[in-house]
Amino acid sequence: MKMYLSSSFFSSENIAILQDSFIPLLKGVLSYTIPLTLISFVIGLFIAVVTAVFRISGIKILAGIARVYVSIIRGTPLLVQLFIVFFGLGNLGVDFLKFEPFTGTIIAFSLNTGAYASEIIRASILSIEKGQWEASSSIGMSYFQSLKRVILPQATRVSIPPLSNSFIGLVKETSLASTILVSEMFRKAQEIVATTYTPLLVYVEAAAIYWVICFILSLIQDRIETRLNRYVKT
Amino acid sequence: MISTQKISKQFGDLVVLKDIDLEVEKGKVVVVIGPSGSGKTTLLRCLNLLEQPESGLISIDQQSIDFGKKLSKKEIRSFRKKSGMVFQTYNLFPHFTALQNVMEGPVTVQKVNKTEAKKRAAELLTKVGLKEKIDVFPYQLSGGQQQRVGIARAMAIDPKVMLFDEPTSALDPELVGEVLLVMKDLAKEGRTMVVVTHEMKFAKEVADEVIFMDEGKIIERGEPVDLFERPKEERTKKFLNLINQ
Ligand SMILES: Nc1ncnc2c1ncn2[C@@H]1O[C@H](COP(=O)(O)OP(=O)(O)OP(=O)(O)O)[C@@H](O)[C@H]1O
Ligand SMILES: [Mg+2]
Repeated sequence: MKMYLSSSFFSSENIAILQDSFIPLLKGVLSYTIPLTLISFVIGLFIAVVTAVFRISGIKILAGIARVYVSIIRGTPLLVQLFIVFFGLGNLGVDFLKFEPFTGTIIAFSLNTGAYASEIIRASILSIEKGQWEASSSIGMSYFQSLKRVILPQATRVSIPPLSNSFIGLVKETSLASTILVSEMFRKAQEIVATTYTPLLVYVEAAAIYWVICFILSLIQDRIETRLNRYVKT
Repeated sequence: MISTQKISKQFGDLVVLKDIDLEVEKGKVVVVIGPSGSGKTTLLRCLNLLEQPESGLISIDQQSIDFGKKLSKKEIRSFRKKSGMVFQTYNLFPHFTALQNVMEGPVTVQKVNKTEAKKRAAELLTKVGLKEKIDVFPYQLSGGQQQRVGIARAMAIDPKVMLFDEPTSALDPELVGEVLLVMKDLAKEGRTMVVVTHEMKFAKEVADEVIFMDEGKIIERGEPVDLFERPKEERTKKFLNLINQ
């Protein structure tokens, strides 16, 4: 039985399917999976820093807005958010709110990343000793100068491990975009399976590609951590 | 040079400073002593506006600030630059080298150009005996060295008065001397200084005036010899007995 499975799995026919599907899958990765991840993460990070600063600003209305935003995003599934942005807003009949699948995905993913990452950034900022704020104030820095020059650089170091988690998570979550017909890698895999009828083979191949991407990302994470840890005692 | 009139500060219901009147002339060194919780740190923090008193007046170098009315952030910042604060726990910026720590104020706040700020920072670090250490990170320095960087950083903004909050109390005994030495040099140069410390020897040698605080009030003040040898107030005597034991 086992023999049968393995020999059939690596039959020459199957190997041909793997080879043929590799290029389309790779195309999906390069033209959608990676761009979606990168663009959403960069925008999300920007939203996250602003949201985190709102939360710690002590200005009630800003903190309130940030709190509600984070609560809504964290309290609802990403897939539902994606559908609301793409199908929901698209159905309002307002041209401005009709997005291409790619754009819609980026909007939903950026908002989602922004909320989660803001909590990470907020916690990192709060983890920096009060003495750092005081030292920077005492040499005359304004709130934003302290934040930019002293607090955020240190908070960045603290936030790299959890942010890397979010980033790697995002790579995998881009597969949800397949549901609104974005031709990212998983969508490509589904299309291939529809013609070859070899779901196990092609989905495992897709899984392997996700894993390789995430593995490379974790190597990059290690390098960033090493670099940012250069000023702390090890 | 620096004077306060009726500075009062409370945290919630706890009154920490009560009508503090302080007067420090240019070039003089005032040492503040007193039991734990008597408000010494709070007083320094008020002078640097890290805390805002509820009432009273502080003036440094002909600029006054009245806590009776609301202050803008800008006012606070501009006033704050008149004093340089040295913290008990150094509070160096760990992600900057010694040189970058010292340059930060001039470059970011005073917009001095980098080359010039670098040169001046290197001079300051040389002055505190850290010429060899300008390019290392704080974690690579001993406590005494870190505190000397802290002093250089505070001086870099050219403050009119230097404030020291128990600058040596976090240090191993063998490292205390090097920091006090730097402070003595500053005093000799004619820097105006307010120093909270329990280093009696330093106080005797360097201070022009010693102030004894207790429960948020100035109980007694005088020249070091007078205050240490012939304290008038009962509470001062008690405190001196305790620390001389
Ligand atoms: N941020 C704060 N909130 C509430 N209470 C405070 C705060 N800072 C200081 N206090 C209180 O104010 C009082 C005076 O504190 P302060 O730190 O000025 O004393 P100190 O004379 O410097 O003492 P020590 O010798 O222990 O450093 C203490 O009772 C302290 O608990
Ligand atoms: Mg204190």
